Amino acid sequence: MSRRDRVADAPVMAKVGLTVNGQRRELDLDIRTSLLDAAREHLHLTGSKKGCDHGQCGACTMIVDGRRINACLTLAVMHQGSEITTIEGLGQPDNLHPMQAAFVKHDGYQCGYCTPGQICSGVAVLAEIEAGIPSHVTADLNAPIEVSAAEIRERMSGNICRCGAYSNIVEAMTAVAGRQA
Amino acid sequence: MRSFTYERPGTPAEAAAAVARTPEAKFIAGGTNLLDLMKLQIETPAHLVDVNGLGLDRIEATPEGGLRIGALVRNTDLAADARVRKDYGVLSRALLAGASGQLRNKATTAGNLLQRTRCPYFYDTAQACNKRRPGSGCSALDGVSRQLAVIGGSDACIATHPGDMAVAMRVLDATVETVDAEGTARRIPIAEFHRLPGDEPEIDTTLKIGELITAVTLPRPVAGTHIYRKVRDRASYAYALVSVAAILGKDGTGHVAFGGVAHKPWRVEAAEADLPRGAKAVTETVFAGAKPTHENAYKLKLAERTLGAALNQARA
Repeated sequence: MSRRDRVADAPVMAKVGLTVNGQRRELDLDIRTSLLDAAREHLHLTGSKKGCDHGQCGACTMIVDGRRINACLTLAVMHQGSEITTIEGLGQPDNLHPMQAAFVKHDGYQCGYCTPGQICSGVAVLAEIEAGIPSHVTADLNAPIEVSAAEIRERMSGNICRCGAYSNIVEAMTAVAGRQA
Repeated sequence: MRSFTYERPGTPAEAAAAVARTPEAKFIAGGTNLLDLMKLQIETPAHLVDVNGLGLDRIEATPEGGLRIGALVRNTDLAADARVRKDYGVLSRALLAGASGQLRNKATTAGNLLQRTRCPYFYDTAQACNKRRPGSGCSALDGVSRQLAVIGGSDACIATHPGDMAVAMRVLDATVETVDAEGTARRIPIAEFHRLPGDEPEIDTTLKIGELITAVTLPRPVAGTHIYRKVRDRASYAYALVSVAAILGKDGTGHVAFGGVAHKPWRVEAAEADLPRGAKAVTETVFAGAKPTHENAYKLKLAERTLGAALNQARA
């Protein structure tokens, strides 16, 4: 009898402890649960969106231990003890994160479905440039990196927007980068 | 996704032993490729061994003057490492040409080497694919093949290795370090790490069951202009149709490997002496015996022209 038959498809459960938006959360999860489903279905943090569920669209982007990742392509059980920031942790309706305010001001969305992922990615992209992480369009790998439209476009290529708000997203991020400089 | 059991071992040898003794077990690191395939039930492991806690996440200088890259170093961290940017630019460039920022933050050095093909027939569970289901046939041979291999394939499979990083590793003569279930270490030259499909296309590499990659080592830096040129259907976040990893001097001498053309990074060292004579002289040898399909013969011309562009870049 193969292990597959013995395991059958009975769910295997595990206790998972995460810090989400500064709050310690304990969950009892089927170990197949993605980090995205843990947030949306178990913690009811529905800001992060499920688009493709295959890491292609970026709607699920969260900031985990300081880095943006596709929350659909990782298991919650692999993030025992991780610090997770979702769109709900970046800002709230009466206390917008500067990137959220810039998206409003520059009209960086239309339907809004991809927007939480765009904003989490946008915040992390500016931090990556600040930290000196190069990109495909960085001309000199050994020189300081400037925030430019080309850098933003390349670094945001993992966030798809089917409404086509791309140019306004670049404007919003450029405005936030200018304010930070 | 099918159900599975899960464990987090404490040492590399324990991890190797866990996969060796458990039927249908797999290692998981970044998970960006494996979980995608598990959702589609192309991969159906009964047990996952999570290697993220094993501490194999450092980049260290070697006594020989090279670098030892831990298996769990994330693609972002490897591309951004100051020593890699300065001395192994072709590796930084290859990593940055691949995937998206989110994926590079999660994907690991070892996982990148082990990523499976993106052949559309491997992904479509309604189609015949010898790599996914041995003996079922190959729908790609007479199918949509413009992205697939032009050389080194077989009647059973014309899939490509989809990665960029491994192509740079190949031109850098990297070595893959492993440990097995008995705790025995092994060093595999990158040229011998990925295999050709032959009549067993389901096997991508020469690793044994349970053998765990612990590091990839790079020899001393090679002087020259480090170049990675990738031609793809869109400007970012797409697989290579053809890529060229090269280290070239102003006189055109140097080394070159090709991506997007075969089941493994494609390099023919004997052709490199012809680099000063130009791209055509090299690609005629590198791609001798190529068997393109009616849809992907363009890759042979594209490889020549991409190498030509790299040679021009080195001369500039």
